[in-house]
Amino acid sequence: MKSHVIVFPGSNCDRDVAVAIESISGSAPEMVWHKNTSIAESDLIVVPGGFSYGDYLRCGAIASTSPVINEVIKKAKAGVPVIGICNGFQILIETSLLDGALIRNNSLSFICKDIYIKPENTSSIFTKNNIVAKMPIAHNEGNYFASTDTIKKIKDHDQIAFKYCDINGVVSEESNPNGSLDNIAGILNDKKNVLGLMPHPERAVELSLGSDDGKHIFEGVLK
Amino acid sequence: MDWIHKTEQSSVESHGLKHDEFDSIVKGLGREPNLTELGIFSAMWNEHCSYKSSKFWLKKLPTTGARVVQGPGENAGVIDIDDGDVAVFKMESHNHPSYIEPYQGAATGVGGILRDIFTMGARPVANLNALRFGEPSHPKTKHLLAGVVEGIGGYGNCIGVPTVGGEVNFHPSYNGNILVNAMTVGIAKKDKIFYSAAAGIGNPVVYVGSKTGRDGIHGATMASAEFDDDTEDKKPTVQVGDPFTEKLLLEACLELMKEQAIIAIQDMGAAGLTSSSIEMASKGNVGLEIDLTKVPMRASNMTAYELMLSESQERMLMVLEPGKEDMARAIFKKWDLEFEVIGKVTDTKNLVLNMHGKEEACIPINILVEDAPEYQRDYTVREPAKEYLIDEGTLKSETIIDDLVKMISHPNLCSRRWIWEQYDHMVMADTLVRPGSDAAVVRVHGTNKAIAISTDCSPTYCKHNSFEGGKHAVVETWRNLVASGALPIAITDCMNFGNPEKPEIMGEFVECIRGMTEACSVLEYPVVSGNVSLYNETNGEGIYPTPAIGGVGLIKDISKTKTIAFKQNDTLVYTIGETNGHLGNSQFLSIVLNKELGSTPIIDLNDELKNGKFILELISQDLALSVHDIGEGGLLIAAAEMSLSSGIGISINCERKNHAYLFGEDQGRYIIEIDKKNEAQLKKLSNDHSVVLECIGHTTDENIEIKDIGKISIQDLKTNHENWFQNFTK
Repeated sequence: MKSHVIVFPGSNCDRDVAVAIESISGSAPEMVWHKNTSIAESDLIVVPGGFSYGDYLRCGAIASTSPVINEVIKKAKAGVPVIGICNGFQILIETSLLDGALIRNNSLSFICKDIYIKPENTSSIFTKNNIVAKMPIAHNEGNYFASTDTIKKIKDHDQIAFKYCDINGVVSEESNPNGSLDNIAGILNDKKNVLGLMPHPERAVELSLGSDDGKHIFEGVLK
Repeated sequence: MDWIHKTEQSSVESHGLKHDEFDSIVKGLGREPNLTELGIFSAMWNEHCSYKSSKFWLKKLPTTGARVVQGPGENAGVIDIDDGDVAVFKMESHNHPSYIEPYQGAATGVGGILRDIFTMGARPVANLNALRFGEPSHPKTKHLLAGVVEGIGGYGNCIGVPTVGGEVNFHPSYNGNILVNAMTVGIAKKDKIFYSAAAGIGNPVVYVGSKTGRDGIHGATMASAEFDDDTEDKKPTVQVGDPFTEKLLLEACLELMKEQAIIAIQDMGAAGLTSSSIEMASKGNVGLEIDLTKVPMRASNMTAYELMLSESQERMLMVLEPGKEDMARAIFKKWDLEFEVIGKVTDTKNLVLNMHGKEEACIPINILVEDAPEYQRDYTVREPAKEYLIDEGTLKSETIIDDLVKMISHPNLCSRRWIWEQYDHMVMADTLVRPGSDAAVVRVHGTNKAIAISTDCSPTYCKHNSFEGGKHAVVETWRNLVASGALPIAITDCMNFGNPEKPEIMGEFVECIRGMTEACSVLEYPVVSGNVSLYNETNGEGIYPTPAIGGVGLIKDISKTKTIAFKQNDTLVYTIGETNGHLGNSQFLSIVLNKELGSTPIIDLNDELKNGKFILELISQDLALSVHDIGEGGLLIAAAEMSLSSGIGISINCERKNHAYLFGEDQGRYIIEIDKKNEAQLKKLSNDHSVVLECIGHTTDENIEIKDIGKISIQDLKTNHENWFQNFTK
């Protein structure tokens, strides 16, 4: 089991992801500095949350041109499982590995709280545990948006990974924390080996932190 | 008095220096200072940096204890939390800048306190804050509240340190002068703490971090003056924060600290390069020689004066072991930060500044530090407010539920969720108890222990009895830590007061310190760090005395952590401590009757200690399911909060179901929830500890009910409790 976590200047969930991966798989991931141009053979690459390069331009925009990112794209296209969490999701969207856009929350403020998500797609390695999962979100720009054509395309290809819902799995406007189109919390590429999601599964891997539902997302890959 | 100096009188005054202070500069130097030197004296001798009005009194606070590793005087206090680990913490004010420019003022307040913590070799693990705003109806309050909260979040969220708790209240005394106090706690190894004393003649003095610009010049001097109608003009004195660069600086510093390379390190906070260099030289009893041309600059043609007084953020000064420069440089370059050797340690005990080969300043360090003015200002102590006797006949028990609703939806008692949801309070994945309980609890990474942290102060208590108010602020944090299952260890204080040159303000300060001293002594809960912010006045109107306290405690086994949320239906609810029904100076009077009257409740510190120890004993024996201290608003508010945070109701059936009993603010009390099977054991223990115990009811499904008086559903109360901030800031 070999996994890799990308570290950009300004990443701040890199350690949390590493701790979560080690607790689930028993082996620590290798941390990959943004200036590296190659990544060793890998079973999972995680692009973690944070504020890469300060996110002073559009979120994730600078990271999507960083030296390491070409290697991430190459590995993703070769079928290596890749997860982008929060800022990592924003970065994967900027690289065009994933479709759509993440715009400012409709509340126009940062939101940090527990939410529930449920898988829409049950065939990918990340989503096959078909349960309603509780985990935190913590972002300013997590409002998923895409053109009508794009939405149609990702629906037709079963690319919606997760939707925001309530504790009973009901998807509604009330359970949508940030205004995301169709309550979309996470999406897949068409090959289903790249996942981007706004919620933080790495912060929900033990009950003492409030939930261990986040484990399911990693387990399909790590076990 | 005639002006006899060559330096213009107006120039001295605009630097915030008094005539006699200037006289002593001339005497000390044996000549008149040049402009750069005048700026340096001004920066060092203002109230903010010199503590000239407060020093004498601060020395009276207890600062030692078995777990104190470092008390006041360094960048932050350090306490022992077992296993070779230490907690490093401090609270600091950023009041004036936050009033002028709320987002950047609050953001750089967070940035500044974070640097104080990682300068000492600690990784910051928690941010907290203590905020005071004017009355909600004041035209500026909404804008200031929104800006401050966004600024705190903007900085903390980006750097990736969770903001786990704090307090906020509203009072007209802050209409023209809000308070923004930020606290950070970090964790380090006891044998890897870094200090600021420069040493080793000839060793390189190194500048790291951001470049220096013209921002924040005279920030500390501005923070040492009162506001008037021209406050807006002071905007350029507010610094601009860059949390991304601070994150890089944090990681680079911690990386270098793993090597044996740093002899001394000091962050550049208030008064920038001036105070950091002088602090390091003074502590090490050495001199420093700096070539200002080497300072990385953001703007062109900066003068020595500007370079020394800039408060550009995210900068550090270090003394390195000779020969370690290249290794250190490589680390800072990896993180894309500036790294420049700008001078050396000397044996002259002078601060010497050169620029373009010309000497710009030469000042003996001892004149700047030891000869700094120190005042024992005149003070008068106001008589504490007298008890206000309410005609009990005018308070009808039928209104109790309505009064509960009024109080719990009031800005001073309602839910702060709107605030804390804008702060990332979970990053670093160790937040065990989130905001909204008595104390925040953060696990020490990779261990089974945690620290509990709480900030508190009741300004109205302090205003109407500064001695008891000072005691209360300390005790309230202590109680919050106890209720969370933590052994309270030590505090940091952030002393916010008006103009100390007014005897009645100085009297408030002296009395608060006296109260704090007494509480800290009896509770064995010393002060290890702190900050003083004076001149919090606008147009001559001072704020209420506000000694904000941040307390830190240790939970040795995280399974013993307690929260305020009721845990089960059909359990028993008890109060610990005596309820007499003290309504003076209470939230009930203020919110429901709109009266700020009556005496501040008196704290019996021995009772406080006894009751707190009893609570810790209950927790250690796993007898308490949930614990909450009874604070502002009294018993009913505390009980309602336990219901609101759990969704489990309570049926209250105590002996006296009147306003005084339910809303009185008697001190030293807690509410606990216990399993019925443990009742006998509880009673036995309470006898052994001689604490006053009273059963007030039991938990139920979904209502908050007072037997024979009335009830309200938790859902209805929650709607009232949760909505105020949301509606106010729309």
